[in-house]
Amino acid sequence: MALSQLASSSPSRSVNLLKPLLSAISLHRPISTDTTPITVETSVPFTAHQCEAPSRTVQTNAQELLNFFRDMAVMRRMEIAADSLYKAKLIRGFCHLYDGQEAVAVGMEAALTKKDCIITSYRDHCTFVGRDGTLLEVFAELMGRQAGCSKGKGGSMHFYKKDSNFYGGHGIVGAQVPLGCGLAFAQKYCKDEAVTFALYGDGAANQGQLFEALNISALWNLPAILVCENNHYGMGTAEWRAAKSPAYYKRGDYAPGLKVDGMDALAVKQACAFAKEHALKNGPIILEMDTYRYHGHSMSDPGSTYRTRDEITGVRQERDPIERIRKLILLHDLATEKELKDIEKEVRKEVDDAIAQAKENPVPEPSKLFSDVYAKGLGVESFGADRKEVRATLA
Amino acid sequence: MLAIARQRILGQSFQNIRPAVSVLRSYSSAAKQITVREALNSALDEEMSADPKVFLMGEEVGEYQGAYKITKGLLEKYGPERVLDTPITEAGFTGIGVGAAYYGLKPVVEFMTFNFSMQAIDHIINSAAKSNYMSAGQISVPIVFRGPNGAAAGVGAQHSQCYAAWYASCPGLKVLSPYNSEDARGLLKAAIRDPDPVVFLENELLYGESFPVSDEVLDSSFCLPIGKAKIEREGKDVTITAFSKLVGYALKAAEILEKDGIYAEVINLRSIRPLDRSTINASVRKTNRLITVEEGFPQHGVGAEICASVVEESFAYLDAPVERIAGADVPMPYAANLERLAVPQIEDIVRAAKRACYRSVPLAATA
Repeated sequence: MALSQLASSSPSRSVNLLKPLLSAISLHRPISTDTTPITVETSVPFTAHQCEAPSRTVQTNAQELLNFFRDMAVMRRMEIAADSLYKAKLIRGFCHLYDGQEAVAVGMEAALTKKDCIITSYRDHCTFVGRDGTLLEVFAELMGRQAGCSKGKGGSMHFYKKDSNFYGGHGIVGAQVPLGCGLAFAQKYCKDEAVTFALYGDGAANQGQLFEALNISALWNLPAILVCENNHYGMGTAEWRAAKSPAYYKRGDYAPGLKVDGMDALAVKQACAFAKEHALKNGPIILEMDTYRYHGHSMSDPGSTYRTRDEITGVRQERDPIERIRKLILLHDLATEKELKDIEKEVRKEVDDAIAQAKENPVPEPSKLFSDVYAKGLGVESFGADRKEVRATLA
Repeated sequence: MLAIARQRILGQSFQNIRPAVSVLRSYSSAAKQITVREALNSALDEEMSADPKVFLMGEEVGEYQGAYKITKGLLEKYGPERVLDTPITEAGFTGIGVGAAYYGLKPVVEFMTFNFSMQAIDHIINSAAKSNYMSAGQISVPIVFRGPNGAAAGVGAQHSQCYAAWYASCPGLKVLSPYNSEDARGLLKAAIRDPDPVVFLENELLYGESFPVSDEVLDSSFCLPIGKAKIEREGKDVTITAFSKLVGYALKAAEILEKDGIYAEVINLRSIRPLDRSTINASVRKTNRLITVEEGFPQHGVGAEICASVVEESFAYLDAPVERIAGADVPMPYAANLERLAVPQIEDIVRAAKRACYRSVPLAATA
């Protein structure tokens, strides 16, 4: 596998001696852990506003690229599976899928630690997985079961993972941006030397509260990075119909900004690392990720009434984030095509297993209707639809 | 120069007088009088001192010393990292406050009046109130939203609304409204210590009023329970519920009613959500008559909820229909005479209580 490839390029003789031994062992081999630096250029250079753009030369390695490939494959497969579950009516209500945008989630994680905070909108499944959320937690939550990350109380739009500093999952367009600036405020208050990435879409980019929060963040020098995931459509409205200025990276005016190819995970990583360093010293910065969603806005939107099928297939052929990494891996001989296909098969099985497990998981107990209304319930009474019939004491 | 000398002499002469005054005071039953403003200021001060996670934000809370001087002296004492002047952008700064609370800090967000909270109401309801539930307990929001609520004097329709009913209808919020200085201290301290989002509705016209407070109330550990009403005055003939400024009106009404042989029991709600249904119902079961008093709009108001609660729990004990005294069902007018007609007056409470007392058969008989 990859090890044998590395053995041939490695100067070490001992590895060459191991070669026959390695090929004799037919283990389920782990992803390559080789961290020899590989230098790659981003697809396009960064465009900067009020700052000097970082270099388009990115350092990576086999381990990182294979991790990118695997993580994005998991996210892609998970979202496609969610589509089927929704059509089978196992998922109800809203379901906003992220397939096409995976590079933003994985590239960002590569530049951050779990001490840094992330907050995003309702298109949160993959961001949650990037923060170490499990597939079972995802599918169980989508199907409203106990093992869900919010124990079935939240649904698709309300995934949280506080122990990884992931603060949701928000249904109100744009609200997450001031909340994210608040997280950054708290990190600075606590002297944590960490930053917050607040993600929002091109639709939310026009929200007034975003500019209010940016103003305060700049005045108070908060370590806040505002990341516009520009997939070019706010629900069914194209960016040029919603924004007088769709150059979202410039909209911060006094705040610096960077435009990034959001389909290139390495460009995303580079930009996020740059932004983190900037924000810790100089306050807020805007990153505009030029990305694309293959699905419509949600499962109730076919996604083809306001854009052509040619556009969608065009992006899939020219800019797909997983294909980009696949080509890179093959180009640098880090794995064979078959090995990558095997990874995808493994991923598919993982996803199917998680779904099967989630399907078996029970729905929440009826008493849970009344749990977690408050952190401290004070023994007050709460009521069901017929208060003479259903009452509860909040603990 | 002369003026300063005069002041100094006066100061000294007052100093000579003082011991006599304090001797007199030590014989009186109430230890000290403090204004509601002083009560709120001292509560904020003590809670900030006790817990470094507590911080204040709002318009003019810092250098201006507070639009109503509630936060006076706190910037100087705690510094600009803990007392933050915000731009006039409620949606933005309230969201920032809630985000800080998500991380575990304890913000006290001031709205110059609660009328302006409407600009931020999405963050109060959707970002703060519901988060603990939606996250199944992962994200609690230990934030306090405080400020003056309800009518002031001559400030017109956009600056006079009472928001008690709106916020109290929302599960996930706690809503408190103090009347006197003891309430102000005890409830604000409880609100800051509480791990849930609390809406703290003050009253501008009460800020300057003084009330007696015991040593216990002045102690820094003093705290009042959330969800418990206080019986300010016991009575046997009619129950009057009220909160904030109108508790004072209800007490005056009770004095007037007593002259006519009607003994009213006055309940100071203190907590609008959770509502102390058991205290209210126990009182109505004793008196058999109820007047609800509030400053806000009548439709879907606090009184409507109390009336429904009593009808559900204590119907058999009612000897008269429940009476509601509330603000007039109109936007607040400016002209002084119209403004007076738009808010409850003491005579309205007296009249309603008498109506409730002279009726021994339910209205259904006349239908």
